[in-house]
Amino acid sequence: MTTVAHVHEATDSPFALSHLDSLESEAVHIFREVAGEFERPVILFSGGKDSIVMLHLALKAFAPAPVPFTLLHVDTGHNFPEVIEYRDRVVAEHGLRLHVASVQEYIDAGKLRERPDGTRNPLQTVPLTEAIQQHRFDAVFGGGRRDEEKARAKERVFSLRDEFSQWDPRRQRPELWQLYNGRHAAGEHVRVFPLSNWTELDVWQYIQRERIELPEIYFAHEREVFQRNGMWLTAGEWGGPKESETVVTRLIRYRTVGDMSCTGAVDSDATTLDAVITEIAASRLTERGATRADDKMSEAAMEDRKREGYF
Amino acid sequence: MSTSTEQPAAELAATTLLRFATAGSVDDGKSTLVGRLLHDSKSVLVDQLEAVEHASRSRGQEAPDLALLTDGLRAEREQGITIDVAYRYFATPRRRFILADTPGHVQYTRNMVTGASTAELAVVLVDARNGVVEQTRRHAAVAALLRVPHVVLAVNKMDLVEYRESVFASIAAEFTTYASELGVPEITAIPISALAGDNVVEPSANMDWYGGPTVLEHLETVPVSHDLTACHARFPVQYVIRPQTAEHPDYRGYAGQIAAGAFRVGEEITVLPSGRTTTIAGIDALGESVDIAWAPQSVTIRLADDIDISRGDLLAPVGDAPATSQDVEATVCHVADTPLAVGQRVLLKHTTRTVKAIVKEIPSRLTLDDLSQHPEPGQLVANDIGRVKVRTAEPLALDAYADSRRTGSFLLIDPADGTTLAAGMAGESFASAKAVAAVDATDTEEGWDF
Repeated sequence: MTTVAHVHEATDSPFALSHLDSLESEAVHIFREVAGEFERPVILFSGGKDSIVMLHLALKAFAPAPVPFTLLHVDTGHNFPEVIEYRDRVVAEHGLRLHVASVQEYIDAGKLRERPDGTRNPLQTVPLTEAIQQHRFDAVFGGGRRDEEKARAKERVFSLRDEFSQWDPRRQRPELWQLYNGRHAAGEHVRVFPLSNWTELDVWQYIQRERIELPEIYFAHEREVFQRNGMWLTAGEWGGPKESETVVTRLIRYRTVGDMSCTGAVDSDATTLDAVITEIAASRLTERGATRADDKMSEAAMEDRKREGYF
Repeated sequence: MSTSTEQPAAELAATTLLRFATAGSVDDGKSTLVGRLLHDSKSVLVDQLEAVEHASRSRGQEAPDLALLTDGLRAEREQGITIDVAYRYFATPRRRFILADTPGHVQYTRNMVTGASTAELAVVLVDARNGVVEQTRRHAAVAALLRVPHVVLAVNKMDLVEYRESVFASIAAEFTTYASELGVPEITAIPISALAGDNVVEPSANMDWYGGPTVLEHLETVPVSHDLTACHARFPVQYVIRPQTAEHPDYRGYAGQIAAGAFRVGEEITVLPSGRTTTIAGIDALGESVDIAWAPQSVTIRLADDIDISRGDLLAPVGDAPATSQDVEATVCHVADTPLAVGQRVLLKHTTRTVKAIVKEIPSRLTLDDLSQHPEPGQLVANDIGRVKVRTAEPLALDAYADSRRTGSFLLIDPADGTTLAAGMAGESFASAKAVAAVDATDTEEGWDF
């Protein structure tokens, strides 16, 4: 029997890296790998915290040169105005090029039909897929994290999609060491997830460490909200509140930023990053369970949507 | 929103990161162990637990089945199996963990190899009632083959053998002997009951005779960094950064992730495969200038001389550069559903360099259960482990996998559709010559060079 002396390892040993440094180095490596191997990469950018962190990492990966990627936003038409404003400001600030694929335009053109429940997140798949085909993007960066949901726990960093953007769990390539295989046939593309190994807390700690500016709605503020399906939703033109639903003013903040029709707020008085992080560290609810109605649809909801081409 | 005060704010401090892998089958209680680690380290949140309780009740189970925490895809839930590598995340105040959770069925060797490839520690599970079985030996062999530095033998279901020390001691001794012969450098055996929670997170009241750490304590304290100055320093160039802007008209930096060892400003380096030499003028570590950087940091290195360097080149210290060669001898794990045959044209991806290659020979196939070798199999099929000889169209600066996991590993890729065919490890299979004592030696010069 081998017995091992257990010495508690100090993180200040000369060659130790903090977990944030490890994750940052890994993500930067992924961005540079794509820049080296693909012709037309694009970053999906929604103005949410995960895509903001992705952009920040990309800026660091190529400094002092500009980011060699364009941005793509699939706009549901029900986004928070604060987030759109933030998006446009960041794009201008860094001289980036932004493509917008609009769900509203698809609905207006009769190519997509509004769902009875008013939720537009599931409608993003078609505009996203068509934008990828139209611009011939061969690598599409998404902010998906493997800790978010059970189907994502099996997602690759480089995830191969066919021309319909479909994800076939049995067609995914084994990913070994740090060797990412980005080869694909014409018409296929690869979804790339640089934040695969990050948790929600890692993202927040990184935002704090790097002093990254975020849209205001991530911090506590007073807002008119109403309750639906156990979530506090923002009143707005997207379809709420119904007559039976009462609007109240509450002190809330958002933990994720998505479509107004299915992104719920949480009661919070956290007005600073420190307060937000303390709140999250103590939270006993996962990010999606607390705030995303669309993932509650069924036990296999995410798996099905990934197969259809959603992230 | 319920909150808990049980999570100390210490979790917010900077901690180190440990990547580890589990190997074991459904029957060994692996899902329960993983579920227990997540649950008892308070990494399972209310809504996840509610979902598990609901699913357990709907199946007529009385207690929440912690294994359900880790079953991902519908196909798996329906069949009650795990079909792929799943990654799990949890944290304690002392450390952040990334767990590659791999299924233990015989047909999923490739998943175990995948999970072990990035792991610094592997947990091998055995059922205390069955002891070391063929599958256990296979798991030990994968850990040894992939050069996982630390192996934990978790002897599970101790509650079903009355927590007897003698049962644990004999299994631990047998496993340790076997794994040591394969060259596994460090083995820690821990008696546990994942179902009852003994020695997973909390020390067991039922096994006073055991004085060692619980599984979680061991995960929290095993060393993850060591003296990198003793390693061969390696820097594969990923991307050349040339802004050519008014602000930075002459900036030329070589971006990449240090694959092994450490680099210092002022150090003299060789560029491979060209063999040109120069010195390091500066290191930019994602926004700050530093004098020294080490694996696995992503940095940008600036050089004193303006020499032609591009993606796929390798920087190494002068006097400690790997030899370049077009002949690769390696152990591979075949991971694709289509076979790999002698004469096949492939692409070989090594660090940031992808070259054309041809499979010249497949000297032998290895059975992991008993390490027996089958000479000249002609081809390898999914989940096979075998020796291959590959000839590449261009010279590669390849290290032995034993010396450097990152610069000694490669992929073989199908040029037609991009499928990853095989995962390769250059050089000898196992650290110990004893591991291949049972060779049916073929009287040729090819094959095993022990």
